[in-house]
Amino acid sequence: MENNQKTGKLLEVKDLHVSFFTPAGEVKAVGGISYDLNYDEVMGIVGESGSGKSVEAYSIIGLLQSPGKVIGGSITLEGEDVLAKTKDEMVALRGSKVAMIFQNPMTCLNPVYTIGNQLIEALKAHDKHVSKEEASKRAMEMLELVGINNVEKRMKQYPHELSGGMRQRVMIAMGLICHPQLLIADEPTTALDVTIQAQILELMKDLQKKTHMGIIFITHNLGVVAEICDKVSVMYAGKMVEQGPVDDIFYKPGHPYTMGLLRSMPRVDAESYERLIPIEGSPVDMLNPPEGCPFAPRCEHAMKICLQKMPPYVELGDNHRAACWLRVQDQIEKEKAGKTENKEVGDNG
Amino acid sequence: MAKYILKRVLMAVITLFIVICLTFFLMNAVPGNPWLSEKTPTQATIDALNAKYGLDQPVIVQLGKYLENLLHLDFGTSIKMQKDRPVLDIILTMFPISAGIGAIAIIWAILVGVPLGCLAAYKRGTWVDSLLRVICTLGISMPGFVVATMLLHILTGGIEGLKLFPTMFDGTAKSYVLPCLALGFYPMCYLSRQTRTAMLDAINQEYIKTARAKGLKNKKIIFKHALRNALIPVITYLGPQIAFTLCGGFVVEKVFSIPGLGRYFVMSIQNRDYPLIMGTTIFLAAFIIVMNLIVDLLYKLVDPRINLAKGGN
Repeated sequence: MENNQKTGKLLEVKDLHVSFFTPAGEVKAVGGISYDLNYDEVMGIVGESGSGKSVEAYSIIGLLQSPGKVIGGSITLEGEDVLAKTKDEMVALRGSKVAMIFQNPMTCLNPVYTIGNQLIEALKAHDKHVSKEEASKRAMEMLELVGINNVEKRMKQYPHELSGGMRQRVMIAMGLICHPQLLIADEPTTALDVTIQAQILELMKDLQKKTHMGIIFITHNLGVVAEICDKVSVMYAGKMVEQGPVDDIFYKPGHPYTMGLLRSMPRVDAESYERLIPIEGSPVDMLNPPEGCPFAPRCEHAMKICLQKMPPYVELGDNHRAACWLRVQDQIEKEKAGKTENKEVGDNG
Repeated sequence: MAKYILKRVLMAVITLFIVICLTFFLMNAVPGNPWLSEKTPTQATIDALNAKYGLDQPVIVQLGKYLENLLHLDFGTSIKMQKDRPVLDIILTMFPISAGIGAIAIIWAILVGVPLGCLAAYKRGTWVDSLLRVICTLGISMPGFVVATMLLHILTGGIEGLKLFPTMFDGTAKSYVLPCLALGFYPMCYLSRQTRTAMLDAINQEYIKTARAKGLKNKKIIFKHALRNALIPVITYLGPQIAFTLCGGFVVEKVFSIPGLGRYFVMSIQNRDYPLIMGTTIFLAAFIIVMNLIVDLLYKLVDPRINLAKGGN
């Protein structure tokens, strides 16, 4: 694989709003999220079902299905405005610069075409001049790269002749065949056995190191995040409630929802009497989202203001911020304390 | 594979046998006899005729004899409609005429119906879809003679200055147009609806999302990835429909005065021309059985997951 490592900003999402216009009303699936992703960086997007994490990713690659629509904000990929692109330009972008792999490898490959056919097709979609032999050679190289053996035979096999893990490897090979700068992985390990999950994660980490591509890793599994991500965004009800470097999220979570997620995750080092603590309540009705913080109705620390106003982001450290009134409170107290300290220093001087 | 085909051939023979027996008993159960016409012949004449054609014997004996003759590919002779002409000869002369028109009809039905179905699925919920729905529902629910008569009326001089086609079928290229249009209209509409349903199902599958994520063009997504998966229900319908259409439509052949096989299916029964009833029925049944076998073999070609030997997925 070539090693044209670039540095700096690969993707910049700013105040993105995505809504679904259903007969029952507008569903604000994504309500103003922002983040950056650099080359050679892996970002996890964590959230429960319906939190808008997949919708957000689909908008980047232009796969939002009607009645979903991006209604505000900007997406900039390698300096280009993705949302301003025409349909044809988006088709050219998909699979070449940005690739995507999906959750269920059992249904994501077309059952009536061979693996080889589907791989070569992905290549030919963006490289019209590549010869048949060259295309099939590159397809086989990709299959070898993702750890599939006996590639010549595999090329002629149909998806149903392969196991789930193998199919996900094929999906990854298909995504990477045009050397994309950005890979969006939508819960790529969720549908797999735990042992296979570990293998696929290992493979993705390995490939990321080789190719230096940026990865957006969508999951609801914090264990997976810890395994592969450099930084994490936590989504709840279409809002990004916390984002930060992976260590900060795990060891210094700032948002009660993140804390809840961490508590509900099994840990190897937990004492045997410790129980997993679920987050009480149910997800927000996205048709009638509450005013204020969407997590407030389920939050054990909820205050009056939480139910009235969406909290602003509070910086908690380097690139670590959370949207929670508790943290705002902390900050105010800290400033007060700082002031008194300053005063004392002043008095002494 | 060879074993599978052998099994199917054996089953086909059994099916045909059952069809023959059923038809034979049913047709004999229908009141009346071949000798009835405007001038009712005397009982003596009827008895003599019955004796001549062996119709005076018990039905089961007649059936035995018929089956025995069938083993030598002897379908008997027509006893009424084309007196004493061998049934096989009638079928072999009439079938090519019907099949010619039928083949053109079914080909245009496929070439138009399947793409229209794809279009309707792709444009689901828009005015294109609605318009196609109206046309197809009309085509499916309108009786064949209405379509045929309307075409006949409009395009053969019924409207002033609009005499584009001959009224009667005379074997010229121009005279093929209207019968083929009329005969293919129903299958075209039905196919289009069938394709639309199957395509909608296919379009919502995950591999279509993958195809889109790969950066494939819409045309390729629809015609390569979705259509092939949508083909199973379409060819399931097409198999027997091809047999029916190639054997000719009674109405269309009547309306356009085509000397084809289609009219014999109905008229042989009206005339109680027993050997001709048997001959046409066996011919159509065998045709349908063969088409179904071809359809099953095509399944395997379309969808590699289908395992014929195991009889399913």
